[in-house]
Amino acid sequence: MRIPILKLHNYLLISIQTEIDDNTAIQFQEDLLDKIHKSGSSGVVIDLTSVEIIDSFIAKVLGDVVTMSDLMGAKVVLTGIQPAVAMTLIDLGIHLKNVPTALDLEQGLIKLHQELGV
Amino acid sequence: MKPQSCVNINKEWDIVGARQLGRDIAKKMGFGTVDQARIATAISELARNIYLYAEEGQICFEVIDNLPQRGMRMIAVDTGPGIKDIGQVMQDGFSTSGGLGAGLPGVKRLMDEFDLQSEASKGTRINAVKWLR
Repeated sequence: MRIPILKLHNYLLISIQTEIDDNTAIQFQEDLLDKIHKSGSSGVVIDLTSVEIIDSFIAKVLGDVVTMSDLMGAKVVLTGIQPAVAMTLIDLGIHLKNVPTALDLEQGLIKLHQELGV
Repeated sequence: MKPQSCVNINKEWDIVGARQLGRDIAKKMGFGTVDQARIATAISELARNIYLYAEEGQICFEVIDNLPQRGMRMIAVDTGPGIKDIGQVMQDGFSTSGGLGAGLPGVKRLMDEFDLQSEASKGTRINAVKWLR
């Protein structure tokens, strides 16, 4: 299973709609970095509105992909984290401190505009 | 009064299977969305530990119906290498697999009751309960 990555102007948009297993998460990490490289995109929004569970592994993969993209020169914003998911992450002790987030896709794009100074 | 269902864990996809079944049971029992997420996340951590460290094992779910208390028990059992230093694995940030080290202490915080028994080279048994509020 692969998570589709859409290109919109200078940005990449991802909406995760399926239950993510470990392999899908790792595959997504590779696919996203590859797509950033090939498309030269400067900003990425990963929308998690439909994601009902983020465990420590998925959290690590998401946190890592933000750092990796940053190394390549692309900013990533995570959007739409559900209340139940946010509460569970804090219970787990995962704070994703250096990860930019926004309420929804629209706010995420505004945040990217600001960060990139477009 | 103790219907039990179990999932075998021996491949990566079983982690997803286990948490989906656990969430379904929690939903049917009347747990709210947040507790459903807590239960599913705890199961995911337990199942991954089995898959990563013991390679195979089992997670069983049990409905506890001792009125007025109702709850869901999950028992994760494996016959893997066991845990040498339980104090160490219950510390936040400790990991031997390059993970976040949030697994077991995280599960303990997500659940209401948590009990871990382990014997070197014999295996590990974790018993956790979430009460219905």
